[in-house]
Amino acid sequence: MHSAIVVFPGSNCVAEMERFLDSYFKQAPAMIWHKDTEVPEADLYVLPGGFSYGDYLRAGALASISPVMEAIKKKAKKGNKVLGVCNGFQILCETKLLPGTLRINDNKTKGPIIPIATIYRNFICKPVLLEPHDYLIPIAHGEGNYYHSKPTSVNVAFTYKDNPNGSINDIAGIFNKKGNVLGMMPHPERAFEDYHCSQDGYKILDMFIQ
Amino acid sequence: MIYYTIMLSQKEIQLIKKRLNREPNECELHVFNAMWSEHCSYKSSKYWLKQLPNKAPHVICGPGENAGVVDIGDNDKIVFKIESHNHPSYIEPYQGAATGVGGIMRDIFTMGARPIANLNSLHFGRYWSASDVVKGIADYGNCIGVPTVSSKCHFYTCYRDNPLVNAMTVGYTNGKIFTSIPTKKGKVYYVGAKTGRDGIGGAVMASEKFEQDQNLRPTVQVGDPFYEKILLEASLELFETGAVIAAQDMGAAGLTSSTTEVALKGNYGITIDISKVPLREEGMEPWEILLSESQERMLFVLDYNFDQKSVFAIFDKWDLDCIEIGELTNHGKFLVYGWNKIYCNIPLEALDPPELKRKFEKPEPRDIWPADINLKMDWLWEQYDSEVMGNTIKGLEHDPAIVRIPNSRKAIAMTTTSNAALCLTDPRQGAVEIVTECYTKLKSVDATPLAITNCLNFGNPENKGVMYEFVETIEGMKEVCNRLNFPVVSGNVSFYNETSGRNIAPTPVIGGIGLIEDYSCIVQ
Repeated sequence: MHSAIVVFPGSNCVAEMERFLDSYFKQAPAMIWHKDTEVPEADLYVLPGGFSYGDYLRAGALASISPVMEAIKKKAKKGNKVLGVCNGFQILCETKLLPGTLRINDNKTKGPIIPIATIYRNFICKPVLLEPHDYLIPIAHGEGNYYHSKPTSVNVAFTYKDNPNGSINDIAGIFNKKGNVLGMMPHPERAFEDYHCSQDGYKILDMFIQ
Repeated sequence: MIYYTIMLSQKEIQLIKKRLNREPNECELHVFNAMWSEHCSYKSSKYWLKQLPNKAPHVICGPGENAGVVDIGDNDKIVFKIESHNHPSYIEPYQGAATGVGGIMRDIFTMGARPIANLNSLHFGRYWSASDVVKGIADYGNCIGVPTVSSKCHFYTCYRDNPLVNAMTVGYTNGKIFTSIPTKKGKVYYVGAKTGRDGIGGAVMASEKFEQDQNLRPTVQVGDPFYEKILLEASLELFETGAVIAAQDMGAAGLTSSTTEVALKGNYGITIDISKVPLREEGMEPWEILLSESQERMLFVLDYNFDQKSVFAIFDKWDLDCIEIGELTNHGKFLVYGWNKIYCNIPLEALDPPELKRKFEKPEPRDIWPADINLKMDWLWEQYDSEVMGNTIKGLEHDPAIVRIPNSRKAIAMTTTSNAALCLTDPRQGAVEIVTECYTKLKSVDATPLAITNCLNFGNPENKGVMYEFVETIEGMKEVCNRLNFPVVSGNVSFYNETSGRNIAPTPVIGGIGLIEDYSCIVQ
């Protein structure tokens, strides 16, 4: 099977995603640059984490109108699989390949007790447990608070066991209706090496690919 | 209005006149002012720093370069350094801290290495500066995608109006190391962000004590981690083309220090056309362009016969400015012109800062009080992306942190140590203790300690007591580093940590690294 990674300026989880896909598929993924208008054929296209175009304007907003996303949309329509992790998930929501939106984390209840005007802590990095199957996978994001006005209509892939960001119905990852596009905030590419918190990243691919 | 003063002493101005054999013009005076600031010239510390041991068979590059380099076998090299950003972080905690991280990472990739881990050691006296500083560091590091694997916070009242923000970066390469020493002449290129008015006089500001009601905000730089990420990737690609003769990032005193440093180190002269420098705002004076500390800018000396197609393709790909602004010459001068006028015509040797041997004397005992700040470290640590790049074996809550060398079984253990209370009571013994603690911590995970970098945070060196604390610290450090065979390969001195007449406790911070040959022993 062939996989490919779409690289935007500011994508910063590329090297580990490359190792992860290489280790899973036993074949190095192709690299696609954001200015490309045509993309090589692949069974799985991955939009990695990071801060595409600096996340100026809104996370994923600028990447969603980049030349390469037109090509990725076509592939998704044809039924090729597309996985967006973290910033990739944000981009998929901005391009409307997935429904809903990702807001700034709401975790003010967890700050320290000191009463001052500006407690801002949006970014959270830690391993979290996902339902179903109790997968243990790290998150690392400041804008992963998923929202949809009718959350019951969403094709949910994973939920958080202990919601870290205030997302509606504890949603951590979703499929599109057809099931060939998956967006998730947790980073499977940070859960596969022997020193990682788990090797559950592989199980995410097992579930999505097979 | 932009805050900016000429800090040169009368004696120094006389020396400049003597060396130039004429009155310096306005632009030249600003250049001397910045280059002879404590921050750029190390004039109070140079004499003492030379005494620290910096050699060992595995040391490839010691102090004097952008960062220290050690050999870890198989052509793998670790490049690392710690640096302070105390003064900017006091004036504007968020941007000050963020640009501190940006600056130290640039020091690492300027040498051709990819940053693989960030560490920081922070000393605070107030809660708000702690929360803003941490947010600044985290936002910058998280966005550029380098894991922050160690962050230590210490709270004492002496840091209330003078927080210490020390950031360390560890980088890795198995390729060639690039330095700021040109081995032959070449064209000088300006790469990266446009030049604006931010940070003008930053180096001078960092060499002064504070009074509480000064408005110094314009002297603080503003950072853009996205731009730095692009600059990082483009620079690493540029190094691979073989076109680079020397590289230098534009840090303190911006264009002035980077251009003169490269020329001085190569024993050349340098000619710069400042009308070519890309500007972010209109109406900038030539000296403002020369001294701006706008972030995310690099200087490259490229071979005359470089392959234009492959080099410019890189900058096209990353949509970066890359502009020829001058060249290295044989005239031995710092020659700046533009718009049909010459602004600086200084023989480079005249720029060599005077070395001071300041007086020192044992001070009266002072007290140190813990600041009553209740900050949960896990709350703070969660803000850092400690796992991006996927190589973090142990981070944050573990000390030392352990980061794998990409695609190998090798790993690097790293930590920072400090002990303000002990260093105040007995600076010499304090220095011995913190270096020993660093060594022991690395040993505790079965790593072979390789080398250290030091960040020496002190008060006003014109104060004899402060100078005594500094000298004692160096003596202690010299003794222990020699005994442990633990060389100091890079570092930074931050003097003038004095606000409204109160000096901080002497606060040397040690950053150390050790090699783990096979990380399997750590992973169960």
